[in-house]
Amino acid sequence: MPKVSLKVNGRAVSRDVEGRTLLVELLRDGLGLTGTHVGCDTSQCGACVVHVDGVALKSCTVFASDIDGAEVRTIEGMANPDGSLGVIQAAFQDNHGLQCGFCTPGMVMSAAALLTENPNPSEAEIRAYLEGNICRCTGYHNIVKSIQAAAAQMSARPVAAE
Amino acid sequence: MPKDSGIGAPTKRREDVRFLTGKGRYTDDLNRPGQAYVHFLRSDVAHGRITKLDTSAAEGMPGVLKVFTAADFAAVGGVPCGWLVTDRFGQPMKEPKHPVLAEGKVRHVGDPVAAVVAETLAQARDAAEAIELDIEELPAVVDMRLALDTESALVHDDAGTNLCFDWGFIEDNAAAVDAAIKAAPHVVTLDLVNNRLVPNAMEPRAALGEYDAADDQHTLYTTSQNPHVIRLLMGAFVLGIPEQRLRVVAPDVGGGFGSKIYHYAEEAFVTFAAKALGRPVKWTCTRSEAFISDAHGRDHVTKIELALDNDGRFLALRTDTLANMGAYLSTFAPCIPTYLHGTLMAGNYATPLIYVRVRAVFTNTVAVDAYRGAGRPEATYQIERVIDKAARELGIDPVEIRRRNFIKPDQFPYQTPVAVLYDTGNYHDLMDVMERISDRAGFPARRKESEARGKLRGFGVAAYIEACGIAPSSLVGALGARAGLYESATVRVNPTGGVSVFTGSHSHGQGHETTFAQVVSDMLGIDAAQVDIVHGDTARVPFGMGTYGSRSLAVGGSAIVKSVEKIVAKAKKIAAHLMEASPTDIEFKDGRFSVAGTDKSVAWTDVTLAAYVPHKYPIEELEPGLEETSFYDPANFTYPAGAYACEVEVDPETGKVDVLAFAAADDFGNVVNPTIVEGQVHGGLAQGIGQALLEACAYDETGQIRSGSYMDYAMPRADDLPSYKVDNSCVTPCTHNPLGVKGCGEAGAIGSPPTFVNAVLDALNSGGHEVAHIDMPLSPSRVWAAINGGNA
Ligand code: FES
Ligand code: FES
Repeated sequence: MPKVSLKVNGRAVSRDVEGRTLLVELLRDGLGLTGTHVGCDTSQCGACVVHVDGVALKSCTVFASDIDGAEVRTIEGMANPDGSLGVIQAAFQDNHGLQCGFCTPGMVMSAAALLTENPNPSEAEIRAYLEGNICRCTGYHNIVKSIQAAAAQMSARPVAAE
Repeated sequence: MPKDSGIGAPTKRREDVRFLTGKGRYTDDLNRPGQAYVHFLRSDVAHGRITKLDTSAAEGMPGVLKVFTAADFAAVGGVPCGWLVTDRFGQPMKEPKHPVLAEGKVRHVGDPVAAVVAETLAQARDAAEAIELDIEELPAVVDMRLALDTESALVHDDAGTNLCFDWGFIEDNAAAVDAAIKAAPHVVTLDLVNNRLVPNAMEPRAALGEYDAADDQHTLYTTSQNPHVIRLLMGAFVLGIPEQRLRVVAPDVGGGFGSKIYHYAEEAFVTFAAKALGRPVKWTCTRSEAFISDAHGRDHVTKIELALDNDGRFLALRTDTLANMGAYLSTFAPCIPTYLHGTLMAGNYATPLIYVRVRAVFTNTVAVDAYRGAGRPEATYQIERVIDKAARELGIDPVEIRRRNFIKPDQFPYQTPVAVLYDTGNYHDLMDVMERISDRAGFPARRKESEARGKLRGFGVAAYIEACGIAPSSLVGALGARAGLYESATVRVNPTGGVSVFTGSHSHGQGHETTFAQVVSDMLGIDAAQVDIVHGDTARVPFGMGTYGSRSLAVGGSAIVKSVEKIVAKAKKIAAHLMEASPTDIEFKDGRFSVAGTDKSVAWTDVTLAAYVPHKYPIEELEPGLEETSFYDPANFTYPAGAYACEVEVDPETGKVDVLAFAAADDFGNVVNPTIVEGQVHGGLAQGIGQALLEACAYDETGQIRSGSYMDYAMPRADDLPSYKVDNSCVTPCTHNPLGVKGCGEAGAIGSPPTFVNAVLDALNSGGHEVAHIDMPLSPSRVWAAINGGNA
């Protein structure tokens, strides 16, 4: 079995994995990081999105052994160092951007990637970017609002009126 | 009272913190020591006889503990149905056995035939490929209309028919309705299909069974909306486990929308196998498996007739529906097209005569049961579509024809001709709000602007009523329910004043932990942070019926209120004793007990401590402790209502529809947390628009599912949908529950499909395309075909 070494949320880990082990399986079963979810088996839902070397990826489509040496960030690594919610997480709570919470980790990770690429996205840009993240609960309205609020806060300007 | 956290406050959700940090605990996140994994071998044909099932090679594969087949379940019951419908002729519905694993025959693609339990999931999957299974294929029964032909193959041979029941409601009204329709100057008729949907909660189902031989205790962790119902159905009817030996835990659950109400075979399997093998057994559904094993929703084919006078007043309404049951009767399946559909056919209107006929049909497809709205979307869709057609045929404005026929505010309580009694409502006000927030007056200008760009713009309206807060037990019992539909709550006040609330309701996205705490904190005048809400574990909460049908606050919340009232009454007696006053003189406000007309008072915590340290205590009259349990059985359903508007733009070149705006005016009665309520409406709207614009679960004529993954089943995505305008300012409080609440979970999914379809038809007709109807989903090909006068 190949050995894979990663830095996950800043912590060095190494595990023996099968060639067919997916990154999401390593995270959930191997490392107990169950915040990353599996919502489909066709790479469509985005519940499994994590950052690999700073890029948002669907961890259900990546073999763990293919990313040896990478830095991985998951929802468990998104809070502030003192444990309080990070800006995006807090914006989701403030704007009721989640209901059952199942799509939420993927949404937050996608939102973080979007705001890195485009710190000031329009509503249409947010909606287009979330094309790979399905939410069945919120109807997306408050997810969009959460991301707009996070963007506003990150660039420290007032939230545009709804 | 802390107004930032009490009733009416848009409190932030406390449960969000764990979900936002990856600390949610969903069933698949749980692992038990020594756990094994099951993989189900499922039928890949819709209908057939099992001629060979040889598991010996698979048994010898690495890691395999055992391969189970129907033979292992010979002494076990079938998965039961929770509702008995009696037909028009007084006969009970056909109720064929639903075995845990297929017995002799397979009846739908996805029917489980064998189950491999192995040390790892990969080993279980690998071994399943070594099972030798031969199935002699039989003709598949797929189309409901053909299923009722005498020549049709039979899904259940011993039933002798594919007709589960032929139901009439109210049978005694049939002749009068017929006469009224024959005599009416106008009769508007519509044939329509309510498309089959796959609920698609984002968390796939999962189940983890565990058995402790030392205590003969079974535990099932499962993705359920109602753990006690699962315990009752599985313990009593399938596995024969006494309830005190069976604990069912539904931890964090990632959405349900109805699909996680039912008792599923996989739950019984892991519970059974855990004891048989002496190992915890875990099953996690893949999404592909969910498409062929989760109960589906809707799937009605209907003819509706509306009789009107020359002024557009409704004289009579008649509908005739074929309702798909799928291959087996799921837990609530028979009740959905009957009592949750027929009873709603009055809608918001004073139609004097109504008759509903429903024939439920077995087919070789996945079972169909409640999906968000459950029967009420099907009723609303028919009513609101036929009214729109009538408005166009009679040349009456679609808002005006509705106003003309609405039940008037002074007619409440209103007895409908379909059994239910609406306690309260104001449909005219809702229409006013809808017209305002949608800026209906400005629509003609917006249409012109679209037309200038070569696009067709449409404005659609619909009204809806629903029956929530299910339901008075004696009533549903008379209608065939095999359970009561009350809710339970235990409120435990701890010695230092904190409160634990144990509710029979279950939260899988609704935010009960926040909302229920708001109610309790408001009533007790203590900080919501001192109130914990516990749900989802039969070992901790009293016997409760769970969450569906927008019932949690109306029924579960009422049980909590009853328990808190008992707590306050007892606490006043304790406070009176502490202050040497009469209990009748004690006032309780903002967390303090005072003696009326004096400056004597004691704090909440003085009383709670005295209850558990009863040194100075009226011990002869009062037991120590401060804990109360209530079971609340509602006196009636609740009747939320609304008026919705949708604005769309159609590209006549391609048939593509864009949803530009959606406005929802709802009356949910009193609202505890407006932010959560708005979120519920948003989600419902997305599901309703999804049904009307995108989603369709399709089977081909051989019973193969053609939309078995997110590649083919079009889930609504963020860029398919607009932002919504939502208004809950129209409030007629429910008259029979203590909070005056009605329920908001399903409204959006009920009202939005006809609103959307009406908007598209308005657009097409504005462009001179005389299109009377298009079946959902309104895909570009269907809309294009309608524009071009053909069928898609
Ligand atoms: S699990 Fe659905 S995209 Fe990865
Ligand atoms: S919050 Fe439930 S799927 Fe998005």
